[in-house]
Amino acid sequence: MALIQATNITKNYRVGNADVPALRGLSFEIGEGAFAAFVGPSGSGKSTLLNLIGCLDHPSSGTLLVNGTDISTLSRNAAATFRGEHLGFVFQDFNLVPVLSAYENIEYPLLMVRGWSPEKRRERVMKMIAAVDMTEQAHKRPDQMSGGQKQRVAVARALVGEPRLVLADEPTANLDHDTAYRILNLMKTMRDDFGTSFIFSTHDPKIMSEAELTFTLEDGRLNTEGVAA
Amino acid sequence: MISTFKLAARNLLRYRRRTLLTALLITLGVMTLLLFVAAAGSFKQTMVGSITDSLLGHVQIHRKGYTQSIDNLPLNLSLQPNAVSTIETALKADPDVAAYSLRVKFGAMFSNFTENTSIRLNGVDPAAEEAALPALRDRLNEGDKSGPLVEPGKVLIPTLLARGMKVKVGDSVVLVVTNASGSVNGKTFTVGGVLEGVTGPGGRDGYIHINDARELLRMEKPEVMEIAVRLKSIDTLSAVQQNLNAKLDEIQNKEGKPATELHLWSDLSPFANIVRMIDLMTLFIRIMLVAIVLVSVMNVMLMAVYERIREIGTLAAIGTQPGKLMAIFLSEGLLLGLAGAVIGIGLSYAVVAYLNINPLVFSFGREQITLHPTLQLIEVAGVLGLAVLVSALASLQPAWRAARMDPIQALRHV
Repeated sequence: MALIQATNITKNYRVGNADVPALRGLSFEIGEGAFAAFVGPSGSGKSTLLNLIGCLDHPSSGTLLVNGTDISTLSRNAAATFRGEHLGFVFQDFNLVPVLSAYENIEYPLLMVRGWSPEKRRERVMKMIAAVDMTEQAHKRPDQMSGGQKQRVAVARALVGEPRLVLADEPTANLDHDTAYRILNLMKTMRDDFGTSFIFSTHDPKIMSEAELTFTLEDGRLNTEGVAA
Repeated sequence: MISTFKLAARNLLRYRRRTLLTALLITLGVMTLLLFVAAAGSFKQTMVGSITDSLLGHVQIHRKGYTQSIDNLPLNLSLQPNAVSTIETALKADPDVAAYSLRVKFGAMFSNFTENTSIRLNGVDPAAEEAALPALRDRLNEGDKSGPLVEPGKVLIPTLLARGMKVKVGDSVVLVVTNASGSVNGKTFTVGGVLEGVTGPGGRDGYIHINDARELLRMEKPEVMEIAVRLKSIDTLSAVQQNLNAKLDEIQNKEGKPATELHLWSDLSPFANIVRMIDLMTLFIRIMLVAIVLVSVMNVMLMAVYERIREIGTLAAIGTQPGKLMAIFLSEGLLLGLAGAVIGIGLSYAVVAYLNINPLVFSFGREQITLHPTLQLIEVAGVLGLAVLVSALASLQPAWRAARMDPIQALRHV
């Protein structure tokens, strides 16, 4: 069974009295262990699609199954639980909690979302922090880290709960090219090591070439569907 | 929960100046309330103690209607011996009653042989009166303080009268009374002491021995106008009132109605109104504290929510339940209130300790009041609870707003 199965999904936003379509009848599938990219210009619907897959929003019509769950039927709390158990997120601006250290940021989902025991948490966080090569900076707070380091911590935070899927909205947009490639390579390594699927959005042609599967969006429609690199 | 509080504490420290100012505001509010309660409590205790221990007793029993015309000191509204006997039996049986004193009260003409004035007199048994009013002797600022309070043939007079009539201890004076049947009688007395005044009715009364009073009034039976009762603890006032009232109701007049009435000190002293005013002021200060905590904590928490919209979106996106988000912000408000209140309580204890080493002394009417403020644990706990509760309430709306925030909108917030 596909990890993500979208059937004719649409998303409309209400602007004044008019419905503005953001996604117009998308159908696609993404399998387990994918390293896929949604690409397209600004306003093409990349972020909207990631928000739907990430259970942060509901489609206006159509069916969207994520890990076998129809996410359009989930309540607010159930969606939060689903995100906490099955999904990881990496943001363009890193979005680390400023009052927490690198270690604590990575620990946060296990502590506040999963409620793991201290021993189990420690073991898992140490493993993840080593995997992203941030052991030396574990005690540092976000304002003491570089952009690349912050995104490494963000990747570790996304993966620490062993999710089936990590969604990354423009994860390299605020990084220089070298750092961006290092982050993408890190994500690939994580995919290989942990078997987690990665879906990210980008409008940078060099970055999109790193994806193994590319979906091009234009004006809310899929222009090219699931093109393998 | 520890993690939630840890996160809340760090978020509070993130905006140190703002947190400090808000906590300071709560601290000042708590201190104002506690110090006022402590000082007012000391003032009330001193004044109530002075009134009950040297003048009124805790409870007084009269014949029905006596207190209504107490200013005239009526002689025809006395308690008859059989009623007095029943009351005494009830008082002796009550375990909360420490002592009581029978009083014969009347008005007299006071003469120093050159001038006359009126005086209100209490005929008392010195031992019983001292047992019922242990601080009465302290009011003696002239005269023998070691012997019986008042000996037969002697009169204790109030300071104002002594000054006005230029009379001193050892001088002879004449007391002239008109008794219940209208005949006039007089007797020479020696001034045995001069009493300092006290706030309340009877604060300018004189004292003679009860046998002298009955002789002056030519009483055929041992009548009594007033019974002043002292309790072992003023806290048992309501219970004793209830118990004694039930027994006093058994003493009935010819119409079958209760022939006696019982009054608490607060029914008889105008100072009770001052006590009520102090309590009312305490209530207003309490309301001010609530307002201070409510407004300051709510303001800070609303600012915190608005400043951290993206952070809230991130936490929600990675799976934090709305309830948990709410708990994070509630904990912040709670900690802020708790910190402010704890510091306020600590400083209040320090100020109270200082005031006990260097007490405040001031005059209230003719009395010198020395304040010895104390903080009752229950009051401190109440203030702490109030500050924390109001802080939590003030954080409720901002926390609710954070919990209900749409993660997408929050993540897009710039």
